[in-house]
Amino acid sequence: MTNPPVPRPFPHQHAGHCESGTVSALLRDRGLTLGEPMWFGIGSGLFFLHTGLVRVGGLPLTAYRVAPLAIVRNATRRLGIRMRYERFRDGETAARRLDELLSQGVAVGLQTCVYWLPYFPSTMRFQFNGHNVVAFARDASGYWLSDTVFEDVVCCPPDALARARFARGAFAPRGLLYYPESIPADPDIEGAVRSGIRATCRQMLDIPMLPVGVRGVRALGRRIAQWPARLGADRARAQVAQVVRMQEEIGTGGAGFRFLFAAFLAQAADHIGLSGLRDLSKEMTAIGDEWRQFALVGAHICKGTRPDADAYRELAALLAALARREEALFRELRAMA
Amino acid sequence: MKINDVPQDDSVLEGRRRACYAEDDRGAYVVVPSRGWEVERIVNEHARAALAEALETARRAVLAGRLSPLAYHMTAGQMGARLLAANAGVSWWRVRRHLRPKVFARLSRDTLERYAQALGLSVEDLTRVPETAS
Repeated sequence: MTNPPVPRPFPHQHAGHCESGTVSALLRDRGLTLGEPMWFGIGSGLFFLHTGLVRVGGLPLTAYRVAPLAIVRNATRRLGIRMRYERFRDGETAARRLDELLSQGVAVGLQTCVYWLPYFPSTMRFQFNGHNVVAFARDASGYWLSDTVFEDVVCCPPDALARARFARGAFAPRGLLYYPESIPADPDIEGAVRSGIRATCRQMLDIPMLPVGVRGVRALGRRIAQWPARLGADRARAQVAQVVRMQEEIGTGGAGFRFLFAAFLAQAADHIGLSGLRDLSKEMTAIGDEWRQFALVGAHICKGTRPDADAYRELAALLAALARREEALFRELRAMA
Repeated sequence: MKINDVPQDDSVLEGRRRACYAEDDRGAYVVVPSRGWEVERIVNEHARAALAEALETARRAVLAGRLSPLAYHMTAGQMGARLLAANAGVSWWRVRRHLRPKVFARLSRDTLERYAQALGLSVEDLTRVPETAS
């Protein structure tokens, strides 16, 4: 298949995560160049949550990140960028407004549902409403999107995009589009980095009562060893598979955003001249490697290539160790910011 | 993770590549395109096998006259009754009723069109299921 020519140049960059990638591309197009890891860190994207109270396809929700759109909102606010968010009642008005902005040369962020985007591999299409892309042009072949999960820009047929923008259910996008209205000439990057770091530490350490953040990792570690006995082998396996998918499959830059956060710490060290952050970046990388080990053992469980009792015990031990290491890291990080 | 450790297994990406963050020789983080990881393929296949099994169960139930074709297509669209209700603009309890073959058979063209639209199908496809397992 030969692709039609792209109607206008767009500074597309391959990214680990859709939301930090989208906001990074959107602002790069407007002259503010800041790498994806910086957006992820400033937007305090890192989190951990595992709860049976919310279910995805009948399985407990696992999230390694904050709620959809929180990264865009927090990062732009901390950098002093004023954003405009528009939602719509119906698809026609939404499409008209999008066309209007594109014809003025304004690239916009869109919230979409992955399931209806035809350029996704069929194995990765599932009902998830929090996927972000940039639309930057429209021509006879369709809408031109910078979907940062992929290496190159893509062209999407209008009816598919309309469906993706108006899918219903949890986090329904209701046609959401967003774009920067004003960008400070000289944003306070150091202030934004520090406040992003403090917020990340709060999310990971301080949220009371609920088993989230570091305590969420620890709580999952305590419970996971009991899954086979409590839920039966099949159900336990399905839940392990789901945790690992959320960690690796859905665009996290690897290890449930831990490598992306490590990259942020390293880049932040240069931006604000705080060399201690570089050591913490190394530790975060080592922690990410352990999360990969967790995924590997999870895959063995799904394939049945290791005795269950043994493998679940290792999962529990890995999570306990991860909780300990992450807690120490965030305490040290807080002391620096 | 170092650049050389970034897995390049053919996986769920069907030839596309995703961005992984890894360290280069000097310890600086860079984006490394990855063809996928074996671990991902295993857990993805596990999850998809469960979906396929649910779909096949639904298909048989439709052919046996226990469920309406709507139940099959709802499962195929990875939707539950609530999500389908929201997408079709039909109330949740009516969706539940329409999963029964007899009720489904009496549906108006208008309601069928709502479901077809929500599931991205034609009305003709909505009212039947494949004769053989997919």
